[in-house]
Amino acid sequence: MPDATQQRPFCMPMWQRVVTAPAFWSLIVLVVLLMLLEGAVRADLVSSAVVASPSAALLGIVDLQQKVDILGALRSTLSTTLVAVALELIVAVPLGHLMYKRRAFSIAYTGWFAALSAAPIFLLYPLFLVIFGRNLVTLIVMGFLPGVIPLILHVQEGFLGVKQTYINVGESFALSRRAIFWRIMVPAAAPTIATGVRLALMYTLINIVAVEYLVDVGGLGRIVADRYFHFDIPGTYSAIIAVAAVSVFLNWLIGRGEHWIRSR
Amino acid sequence: MRVGKLREGALHVQVLWIRVVTIIACILAWEFAARSGLFYEGVVPPIWNVSVALVRELVSPDFYVDLGLTMFAATVGFAVGSLIALVIGIALGLAPFARRVFEPFITAIGGTPKVIFLPIIFLVFGLGIESKIAKAGLSAFFPVVLSTTSAFVQIPKILLLTGRSFNLSSWQMASKVYLPAMANSVLTSLRLAMSMSIIGVLTAEIANPQGGLGFRLMRYADLFKIDFVYADAILIFALAALINAFLSALQRARSAHGRKQAADRAAAKSALAASSGI
Repeated sequence: MPDATQQRPFCMPMWQRVVTAPAFWSLIVLVVLLMLLEGAVRADLVSSAVVASPSAALLGIVDLQQKVDILGALRSTLSTTLVAVALELIVAVPLGHLMYKRRAFSIAYTGWFAALSAAPIFLLYPLFLVIFGRNLVTLIVMGFLPGVIPLILHVQEGFLGVKQTYINVGESFALSRRAIFWRIMVPAAAPTIATGVRLALMYTLINIVAVEYLVDVGGLGRIVADRYFHFDIPGTYSAIIAVAAVSVFLNWLIGRGEHWIRSR
Repeated sequence: MRVGKLREGALHVQVLWIRVVTIIACILAWEFAARSGLFYEGVVPPIWNVSVALVRELVSPDFYVDLGLTMFAATVGFAVGSLIALVIGIALGLAPFARRVFEPFITAIGGTPKVIFLPIIFLVFGLGIESKIAKAGLSAFFPVVLSTTSAFVQIPKILLLTGRSFNLSSWQMASKVYLPAMANSVLTSLRLAMSMSIIGVLTAEIANPQGGLGFRLMRYADLFKIDFVYADAILIFALAALINAFLSALQRARSAHGRKQAADRAAAKSALAASSGI
């Protein structure tokens, strides 16, 4: 459907361009909603024991650093996520390549992997808690398992999508198999693999935060659980806003990274 | 032609062998882990113990009570969340400016771990089944709303113009034009949303153990009845797979050619971007 807002003329004055921009209205909607909520909480229409006023929740983010070391938590979650994703790449790239090279393996495993990706893998966390203990290894394994499956499927899909013409051109230049793989196949499959990495990062992060929350161990997820168990309502909301903001920023960053790879 | 058929036959045999060998290797690895003493005693129980626990769970009436609680919360949450998502998705599809205003919020929250919203859900809905339904609804909402909006945008313009030229009412446009045109994409997202709802309910049951399969699994873990933890995890995986297979079959039966269109793929991708029920 054509979108009139996408065809704004350049001659439009600056203020008019700002006012007609959807991002401006997104901000207005957010501010209005927060003000309405603030008013409702202050007027006791909504109990402050259930919903924290937005001002208290936003100001509380500053206190979070002193109360629970939010930067340390962020560092912990990010490092755990990155280790898990690195392991996913180590496993998924050769496995995805094998499934691309051997059609029988592809047919045998693709259906299984697709079914596994819809399974509630996080339910296995009590088992890993017992096997590895209440530590970062459990978090890494719980991040690794849901992330590795989409990555394997995307690596396979990426290699399958490489046009035979590219490989023929490489062969006509008498390139070795290794050179064809690194100079032709990997760059051609990179956009699809980048999508897989984005999904893997997202699933890994979500699962790690979820386990941190449920087990009360480690980084960002633990902060929310900690404030909630202290019945610090504004603190709980501050923690949720902080975690959501970090998550949104990371997703945006990952999306930009994928876009950058796709545009090259 | 015959050579091709022979090759296909050989490929099927090869696939069968790979699957059988993989299953046998997994069973042997499991049994080795169970009997090797590498792990703390009982952490990896022998397959026989897990099978016995599985049968005992299947004949236990309590299991069905918990299964009923989980499925009730997941189904009601899925129905409410998906319905709201469908309405909002169509509304956003109809109003491009509103879509560009609200989509950043939906995409942002969709990619956030929903588990962090559990404290708010518990505070607002209490600790009863309502909070589990709300969590299921939240998990189901995002894949459906994103995929509906994406599918709506890709409805061929000719269909919309034809509907308008027949002077159809809003309801008729929705039931005769929008929904049939988006059916495949929406069904894909509904299939995902159902899985997400079950995962959402299980998360809520684990965070606040008061009945349901998540509670049952956690109770066995706390009692160190690990064979029952494996048994329940297997049963939950099987349940999720069964529901997924049922909805896939429903979708295939509905699809005229059984082929994915570009719009369906785009909508599925949108749904996938928000497809974490946790």
